[in-house]
Amino acid sequence: MRHIHWERIVSILLLSPSVIAVAIFVYGFIGFTGFASLTKWNQLVPNFTLVGLDNYRSLFANPRFQIDLRNTVVFTLLFLILCLAIGFLLAVLLDQRIRGEGIFRSIYLFPMAISFIVTGVVWRWLLNPGTVEGGSTGVNLLFENLGLGFLKWGWFTDPNVLYIRPESGIGQLLQRIGLQMFTRPTFGISVAIISVVLAATWQMSGYTMALYLAGLRSIPDELREAARVDGASEFQVLQHIIVPLLRPITLSAVIILGHISLKIYDLVVAMTGPGIGFSTDVPAYFMWETTFEGNRFARGASIATILLVMVAVLIVPYLVSSTRQEAEI
Amino acid sequence: MNNERAEPRVGVKPRGRWSRLLIYAVLTIFAAFYLLPVYVLLITGMKSFAEVSLSRMWALPSGLHFDSFVKAWTGGTAAEGFGELARFGGLGKNFLNSVSLAVPATLISAMIGSMNGYVLSKWKFRGSEVLFPLLLFGMFIPYQSILIPLMQTLSKMRLYGSIAGLVFVHVVYGIPITTLIFRNYYAAVPTELVEAARLDGADIFGIYRHVLFPLSIPGFVVVMIWQFTSIWNDFLFAVTVIGNPEVQPITVALNNLAGSLIVEWNVQMAGALLAALPTLLVYIFLGRYFMRGLMAGSLKG
Repeated sequence: MRHIHWERIVSILLLSPSVIAVAIFVYGFIGFTGFASLTKWNQLVPNFTLVGLDNYRSLFANPRFQIDLRNTVVFTLLFLILCLAIGFLLAVLLDQRIRGEGIFRSIYLFPMAISFIVTGVVWRWLLNPGTVEGGSTGVNLLFENLGLGFLKWGWFTDPNVLYIRPESGIGQLLQRIGLQMFTRPTFGISVAIISVVLAATWQMSGYTMALYLAGLRSIPDELREAARVDGASEFQVLQHIIVPLLRPITLSAVIILGHISLKIYDLVVAMTGPGIGFSTDVPAYFMWETTFEGNRFARGASIATILLVMVAVLIVPYLVSSTRQEAEI
Repeated sequence: MNNERAEPRVGVKPRGRWSRLLIYAVLTIFAAFYLLPVYVLLITGMKSFAEVSLSRMWALPSGLHFDSFVKAWTGGTAAEGFGELARFGGLGKNFLNSVSLAVPATLISAMIGSMNGYVLSKWKFRGSEVLFPLLLFGMFIPYQSILIPLMQTLSKMRLYGSIAGLVFVHVVYGIPITTLIFRNYYAAVPTELVEAARLDGADIFGIYRHVLFPLSIPGFVVVMIWQFTSIWNDFLFAVTVIGNPEVQPITVALNNLAGSLIVEWNVQMAGALLAALPTLLVYIFLGRYFMRGLMAGSLKG
């Protein structure tokens, strides 16, 4: 028994450096950031005088931060919809006994291996709309050459925000029922961000394809056959058998892609920066600029804490349920 | 290339020729979408300086020219119109910085992950089921939420601004994912093998050395590919920890190069290709292992 005892101690000793590192560098640091967000430390020299939630209040009243939150929501929704739709479509098509499946799969997935910085640099040139004097460039030029000139637009340089105008019918209705806040541009879609969504989808949609394809391959053929024997059309098989069985995969994909999109930073830096009128700004970008260029550490810490809370809301239930499931098996 | 072992299914009804054609057409159109940036990268990088103009962006080069790559690697004078004095440094040294960052950080991460995975799968203790998700949470956090204290701690440790500091950071924040992959990998090793080794008198180190480690080469490949790719591609830690352009990894240098207006866009494209090349090669030659790491990242293995 003493023999087992020393090995037990050794096993814990082997694990403890990592546990201590994570305790300090993840949990301790998060705690420090949370604390810093409650202080007056908005210049280079630390000042740990507590001010309560003042930093958060001023942040939520800040127009740039409001725009950032809007952009995050718009970006996340569009990005998720595109990735799920493209990923599902490609997976279903690839599952039809396709010749050269491996090659198609490799092509759809390779952008995952590349840095967001490279993606951003390349897509910035591709979606550069060009100038009036110099003519179109990038994808706009490609549209022109293909006779699709009507598809040309300003991409990430377009400063427009689509929102419900207060003077429109719906706008007036909203005002009448006390929801005039929804008629502000803060509740709109900045069209410039669509370019960033496109680049991010180019990079990540292959991942959803791979997840769905693995899911499709795990559905027994007998299930589909049985439905077909019962006279179900291919579409009905898809609708009533495949989609419900793939629901857990959709959930995983939403959580993984959703948390990536909430944190998105590198791609914005390399591709557009904050954009005209903060049209492509995101909280992570605002945080870095505020903290490391503006030396407003308490405010930066507040943005970081808000980001963390958003990610945690998404991740923690998922983490708990998937590790618990595993323990039950 | 990417030989996943999942077999194509056998039970699908063969459809009409037109619908098959339509399927291939859609698949090909999407393939073109994914390859579009690669096409532009390659043809632009290979154009001579005389041929480069934004209006001929989609046209093929007249021949193979590697001037852009040479200039992106070694640096040189700025584009015309910015004066003789405006120079930019090449990405070559930054490429090497990234190598000296990613290689040691990957190796150390893999060793730590293997050790942790071994303990958490074969030497479970009371509370290890609680500890594991707490450890995993670290791989999902937005790193913005630890950057401020991290910067201060690194300066106190005299690691701020150096590649060694960045190696340290990647090793620490790599603990969750490497532990996860190895734990799942070792959990699949039958307990009978461990017990047999124990009957032969092996202790905790002996079991690892003679049973687990020899079986874990594929596990190491998966973890090392994953870590190498994420460390090579990282930008946030690199731009925060290292300010000196001489020491910066290639992602930061590429972003600076692309942001400065003085560098021709074909040189930027060549630089982007240089920055993407190592991880692309890993993907092309070890795609199957890359996939496994990707799947492990979604927790379901």
